[in-house]
Amino acid sequence: MTTKANSTLLYDGSDWNFPILEKTYKAIEEIAIGDLGLDVYRNQIEIISSEQMLDAYSSVGMPLMYQHWSFGKRFARDEMMYRKGYQGLAYEIVINSNPCISYNMEENTMAMQTLVMAHAAFGHNHFFKNNYLFRQWTDADGILEYLQFAKSYIAKCEEKHGARSVEEILDAAHALMDHGVFRYRRPPPLSTREEESKRRERQEYEARTFNDLWRTLPASDKNAAVSDSEEERLQRRKLLKLPQENILYFLEKFSPVLEPWQRELLHIVRTIAQYFYPQKQTKVMNEGCATFVHYYIVNTLYDQGRISEGALLEILHSHSSVVMQPTYDDPRYSGMNPYALGFEMMCDIKRICTEPTDEDRQWFPDLAGSGDWRSALRYAWANYRDESFILQYLSPHLMRKFRMFLIADDENESQYQVKGIHDEAGFRKVRAALAQSYEIGRLDPDIQVVDADLKGDRCLSLRHLALDRIPLDTKERDQTLKHLRRLWGYDVHIESVDRDSGALISEARLTGERLEASIR
Amino acid sequence: MHHHFIDRRANPKDKSLGNRQRFLRRARARIKEVVNKSVQDRNVGDVAGGETITIPAKGIEEPQFRNSRHGGNRSRVFTGNKEYVTGDQIDKPQGGGGQGGKEGSDDGEGEDDFRFSLTREEFLDMFFEDLELPDLVKTSLQEVHSVKMHRAGHAASGTPTNLNVLRTMRNAHGRRIALHRPSRAAVERLEREVADLRAKPVLDDEEQVRLAELEPQLEALLRKMRVVPYIDPVDIRYNRYEARPNPNTKAVMFCLMDVSGSMGEREKDLAKRFFMLLHLFLERRYKRIEVVFIRHTHHAEEVDEQTFFYSPETGGTVVSTALVEMQRIMKERFPSGEWNIYAAQASDGENFSGDSALCHELLTNEIMPLVQYYAYIEILDEREFDIFQDARSGAALWRAYQEVADGWHNFAMKRIAKPADIYPVFRELFAHKAKERVG
Repeated sequence: MTTKANSTLLYDGSDWNFPILEKTYKAIEEIAIGDLGLDVYRNQIEIISSEQMLDAYSSVGMPLMYQHWSFGKRFARDEMMYRKGYQGLAYEIVINSNPCISYNMEENTMAMQTLVMAHAAFGHNHFFKNNYLFRQWTDADGILEYLQFAKSYIAKCEEKHGARSVEEILDAAHALMDHGVFRYRRPPPLSTREEESKRRERQEYEARTFNDLWRTLPASDKNAAVSDSEEERLQRRKLLKLPQENILYFLEKFSPVLEPWQRELLHIVRTIAQYFYPQKQTKVMNEGCATFVHYYIVNTLYDQGRISEGALLEILHSHSSVVMQPTYDDPRYSGMNPYALGFEMMCDIKRICTEPTDEDRQWFPDLAGSGDWRSALRYAWANYRDESFILQYLSPHLMRKFRMFLIADDENESQYQVKGIHDEAGFRKVRAALAQSYEIGRLDPDIQVVDADLKGDRCLSLRHLALDRIPLDTKERDQTLKHLRRLWGYDVHIESVDRDSGALISEARLTGERLEASIR
Repeated sequence: MHHHFIDRRANPKDKSLGNRQRFLRRARARIKEVVNKSVQDRNVGDVAGGETITIPAKGIEEPQFRNSRHGGNRSRVFTGNKEYVTGDQIDKPQGGGGQGGKEGSDDGEGEDDFRFSLTREEFLDMFFEDLELPDLVKTSLQEVHSVKMHRAGHAASGTPTNLNVLRTMRNAHGRRIALHRPSRAAVERLEREVADLRAKPVLDDEEQVRLAELEPQLEALLRKMRVVPYIDPVDIRYNRYEARPNPNTKAVMFCLMDVSGSMGEREKDLAKRFFMLLHLFLERRYKRIEVVFIRHTHHAEEVDEQTFFYSPETGGTVVSTALVEMQRIMKERFPSGEWNIYAAQASDGENFSGDSALCHELLTNEIMPLVQYYAYIEILDEREFDIFQDARSGAALWRAYQEVADGWHNFAMKRIAKPADIYPVFRELFAHKAKERVG
């Protein structure tokens, strides 16, 4: 039955084996590097079973993750969902490391393996290597080694101090993980050997600054006025480097009750938080990039006669389910699908470069008709994050296509208000609002350590700057305070303040086991 | 650019087992509650397959500072606009401005409860936690253990099939180094040189001296090679095997039940639940477990499970017939040297007058010496249950069994009246504690 055309096919049928994978990888690489001009880390593609995929899933996708019950919880839930058929497994997991590790499941058909390789080993890989956030904030060369260090360090701590005590600190650190990140300065690169020696240095340094710090405590009688002089307060804030957005960092450095190994645990957790920080801010772009890349590559493979129509159809079937965007009134709707938005925006940039309309020329004078969509895309992938990317590139064409509309939901109004739709008057408003919703400052509440009353009851004060008066979830806030208290050792206090007016919205103070909370 | 594929499928799968154990340990108390409850409410057979359970999230939450879902002024972009134009007002769901009322309900239930699957193993582990089999050591003296061969180090003698090549070669290698056996390469080099020299038709002086030097050297090396052999008998090691007694892992469980008219559906159902529970419990401890069903009225017979529980029968009640039948089957098919024998008997306590003494005699003399454990369950009316609170009072059969229990510590008896009693009674029978009575 073989015809001449078939002889160029990389594979026929759904089974895969390593020679076919190798051959297909080469073909994909030709297009990715030669045609699209991608620049990737060396690939390490690991074939794993579905069981192992579940394993990898539950440890936030990282191999070599340290052990913690919350990963077991995630595994238990994912496994149940998978076994009962509520949820499929991801076809791949890819890790921002050098070499770039991606996992492919053995159950995938060869067509799916093709898709996955193009998507992860080239799409995501290129994005990791080139996007400025990843370049600035993560250290692909060091992460695997660092995780190995973290894992064995934590295992050693469990042996030495007992699993329970380690768990207690990790629980507390995890609760503050999203606030264990420096948002405005680059963290130093990782190096495990250095890390080890630095750890010791850190401890010594700790001991020194620690003393300095507490020496500012007056040895005078206890009835003296509790209020500090302004000068003392400034001095203290300087010593404590306040205000501080990185709560875990602050606790690691200045908590009066933690032992050295406990500080090291905080350090590990915040290092990992820092590593994931760019991923949060580039979901749309990262997935958009990878999805666009796989789409382009498989279509090119088909045009070259190297994959069959059947394989292409199978790939496109799962492609289209991934980029499906339900409308707001659909029961499946759960916000904007990053794959859909990302993919459409990448395709749209290509369209604007090659077949611009008059509207595009007006909105994107530099881009429209430039023809070189490849470098336009590579430029965008390298220099933007979701928020700025949407603000820069979301076109009226696409807003119309998605039929986007903007709703204002004011707590004091009984009705929602339609503030803008996909028309001339609404484009900019809708685009700005959508971009804003990807701003990291809106995804995570803005909380800083503002003071620690060293002279009085040693109460630690946090301030939450509420954007648009959006409050904290009080139930979770109160539980998180308990964890915070464990790490600080003394009372903790948090106030929510409206960022614009400075008005106090709510506050809570945890004294021992007793919580006092109030809402204005 | 080079790259590679790595096949990880053969790697250990349970990478996250440690995490799972940590999770189960953390949620243990709540899981146990749910597990125990699920058994009280339902049929034992249904729950043993490992199942999805829902536990309250308390204790396994992962709180964070998070934005609330309610309150504040928000702007949201949606997709799929159909008829809205700028300026439209849309009613909020659950009208009215106040959001106070719905705060709890919106993120309620779904988030507070955690659903996941326990494996059958984990389920039963939780379920039978702190339950122990009584006296796993067999009492009988003529017990015959089966034996199984186990690897036990190495030996200098053995059969060729058990030769341990690795160990042997390592020894040989060590000895060759220690005794300076010349390497094959060294010998070959020398041989080649000698051969070259000999092959020459004419030798100059230097070469002659050289040949005279080399020939004895080669001679010496070859002799050394013969004296220090490549493999010497002293190098040889064999894998050693040792016969170890294999503890019995076979068990048989006798289910004895009175099926006379006085045992109604309710009583049979209670008995069934007890038998199932015991069966599950034994299954955890033994590789192979057989179940023998013996029903009796005024005569006893071995039947299959279906008949045992569901086929109606009429007649009087002579309990000893069942014991005689059990004794016969034990003798024929389950010699106590090979089998761990458990028996569970359920009855409503009635017996043909005078037969109870015979039961006592049969149990004491014939059966108890051979069995690991004998549990007797008396199923009472809920009204009777209140009357017979005192373990000492009861009908003739109960009193007779009471005497057996006094003499044998592996004999247990309990009364139950409703499904909820079964599990506590079961726990009490197998609770891991030192028995105060001495057999």
